[in-house]
Amino acid sequence: MSTLSESAITALHLAVSADPVLWSIVGRSLSVSGTACLLACGAGVVLGAWLGVARFAGRGAVLAWLNTMLAVPSVVVGLVVYLLLSRSGPLGALGWLFTFKAMVIAQTLLVLPVVTALTCQLVADAERGHGEQLQSIGAGPVMRSLLLAWDERYALLTVLIASFGRAISEVGAVMIVGGNIDGFTRVMTTAIALETSKGDLPLALALGLVLLAVVLALNVLIAALRRWREGVDGTSQGALPRVLA
Amino acid sequence: MSAVPAVNGAAPWPDAVNAARASVAPPDLPPVFSLHGVGVRYGLVQALHGVNLTVAPGERVALIGANGCGKSTLLRVLHGLAKPSSGRLSHDPGVRQAMLFQRPHMLRTSAQHNVALGLWLHGVRWREARAQSLRALQRVGLEDIAMQNARTLSGGQQQRVALARAWALRPDVLLLDEPTASLDPHAKREVELLMADLAASHGHAGPGHPVTMVFSSHNLGQVKRLASRVIYLEHGAVLADLPVHDFFNGPLPDAARLFVKGEMA
Repeated sequence: MSTLSESAITALHLAVSADPVLWSIVGRSLSVSGTACLLACGAGVVLGAWLGVARFAGRGAVLAWLNTMLAVPSVVVGLVVYLLLSRSGPLGALGWLFTFKAMVIAQTLLVLPVVTALTCQLVADAERGHGEQLQSIGAGPVMRSLLLAWDERYALLTVLIASFGRAISEVGAVMIVGGNIDGFTRVMTTAIALETSKGDLPLALALGLVLLAVVLALNVLIAALRRWREGVDGTSQGALPRVLA
Repeated sequence: MSAVPAVNGAAPWPDAVNAARASVAPPDLPPVFSLHGVGVRYGLVQALHGVNLTVAPGERVALIGANGCGKSTLLRVLHGLAKPSSGRLSHDPGVRQAMLFQRPHMLRTSAQHNVALGLWLHGVRWREARAQSLRALQRVGLEDIAMQNARTLSGGQQQRVALARAWALRPDVLLLDEPTASLDPHAKREVELLMADLAASHGHAGPGHPVTMVFSSHNLGQVKRLASRVIYLEHGAVLADLPVHDFFNGPLPDAARLFVKGEMA
């Protein structure tokens, strides 16, 4: 209990002291995980929406593999990316190991199955409910998948939050491919792991609390955005994607 | 196309309905649909079996029968949403179809965009589709709420938006799956009038090619008002196929007679 209270005080102190080292780590965590989430969502939403509508031989096997990938340990992803980017690996010439890019790639690969599987489930449910009506007005499978994903955009915000949570809270992958280099690839989770290994448990826990507070603030922001958009859509027009114009 | 029906009290109820019933196709036009021994199976369930049916242009065909008798499946087969597992369906691929469902699905956008989307998917440029969709919404008396999110509209209004979406496409064939089943009496009357008006118009093929309408309903009053022909289905098979007058006044198979008696009671 004393460790917890001490941690809370330390966390508060860290937050208000505007410690530049701490905030650079927080900023790096957010940018690595945010970039990874954007990349994963860009690909995962399209792929998941298509999987939700498409019917082809082997679809069941693809979905089973996808669902299995939800449980893949982050260290395994880190290890695979490490092998790809290491000097003797196929992508070693890029020289990306122990860089920001390597961490983004690892987290993107980690989050991609989450985004794809959840989007697939959402769109498949929507397709069962009213896919026929879209088909009836002339929408083929690809167009249906895009329209249904767009129609479920508020639910997809929850997918975004879940994937961001998965990315920012993982430590195994970024530790392996980033190397936890001070001022360069150190992020919140690797900093917490380092302080724990040094025995400074209050500081480690305080960093954890700061991380949680940052994620909480982001979630509140997204929830407010969602509520505002739903309110706007409820009283006036919600525009179709600009691509139609 | 005929004038806007009596949604706002502009035209008397019987006129719109009579106009729909009066649409007659030239006798030399080929059938819109021909079904020969069509069967549909969903797993262990035989939803349709041995259906033989020919629908001529301009006909108003009502499908009636108990829940689960195959009305919706037959409509889905006609619209190409379900494939026959046996038999043969032939129809002119150039004929433009539109279908309305019992609970229309509106995308989370404005009523106008919901209508325009159907046109855009049929190759109309987005700007032109929006203009046409506004005209279609005017026809169903919803121009004032064109910019409102369609999900916030009442059930009756959503069904009218769906009718506008169908109307905008100028279909040659209109298929309706219990379009008024979940509506209150007022909304039911509005939608029925619009159905009659749409049925009285001509389709994409132009004048001389009246709209063919096939609809399912549990409302026998509606069937009497709108249909020129009634098909009674039981357990996926056609049990009676008669002109509307003969169906309600002539002899019927026992099952159909009991159904009509029960529904009319």
